[in-house]
Amino acid sequence: MLLIDCPYCGERPELEFVYGGQAHVARPAQPAQVSAQQWADYLYRRDNTRGVHAERWRHTHGCGRFFNALRDTTTDHFRATYKVGEPPPSAAAPVPR
Amino acid sequence: MRDLSAARCLPLVSASTVLHALPPATRYVLRGGAEVRAAAESAVGCGIPARACRATLEGDRAALWLGPDEWLLIAPEPPPGGLAAGLSEALEGLAHSLVDVSHRQSALALSGPQATTLLAAGCPLDLDTSAFPVGMCTRTMLAKAEVVLWRTGPQVFRVEVWRSFVAYVSQFLGEAARGII
Ligand SMILES: [Zn+2]
Repeated sequence: MLLIDCPYCGERPELEFVYGGQAHVARPAQPAQVSAQQWADYLYRRDNTRGVHAERWRHTHGCGRFFNALRDTTTDHFRATYKVGEPPPSAAAPVPR
Repeated sequence: MRDLSAARCLPLVSASTVLHALPPATRYVLRGGAEVRAAAESAVGCGIPARACRATLEGDRAALWLGPDEWLLIAPEPPPGGLAAGLSEALEGLAHSLVDVSHRQSALALSGPQATTLLAAGCPLDLDTSAFPVGMCTRTMLAKAEVVLWRTGPQVFRVEVWRSFVAYVSQFLGEAARGII
């Protein structure tokens, strides 16, 4: 079973987690002042990365917390997990096996 | 309140490994920051763990870490006099949430040499004492049901189950026992 390293609980089985979409999508500070296109981009446009992708996960059936992860979409390998509010670790870091 | 869901006959797992319903309890879910945790301790009458996935037990009170700002507090039923009032007083002015979930869930005890083997039939965690020592607790999945699993002894687990899942969980463990023991 795939283990995901929750920043709060440690390594836990994948089925306790729920995927939460792309990470670091910033909500416009003044929604009324952005164009309809910019607002639509914020709401609907997401990357479709082949390779390392920063994404949100939630340890739903554990501590319940959202956190961020860098996951390789081609191998499903989690390179790193980190708390919300922290910057993503360097994606160039060597991949632990 | 008589807990009818848990009063249903539970399958006896084996002569040495036994599943039984624990008596009704008073349960609160407390949420808040570190200052809430510190302020609530004296009112609860039990240390509230700051460490992830750990429970403390003092006399008839227990506090279980569920998340970095979330704890499950367990006390006898009916609630000891002044518990709720004491908590409200201790937490006055602090941003927190305190919810009575006494009757949302009930507790099962699974004890005996096959306890971990039976749980492993539906729980993906490593339940070896090196990875899941006595005093560790966590929310997790047991088959299709979300439970709070708390190891209270080397071969003893307390399983907090939402009421409507008690029959499912107990029958699942009974079914597992038929396949394993
Ligand atoms: Zn967690």
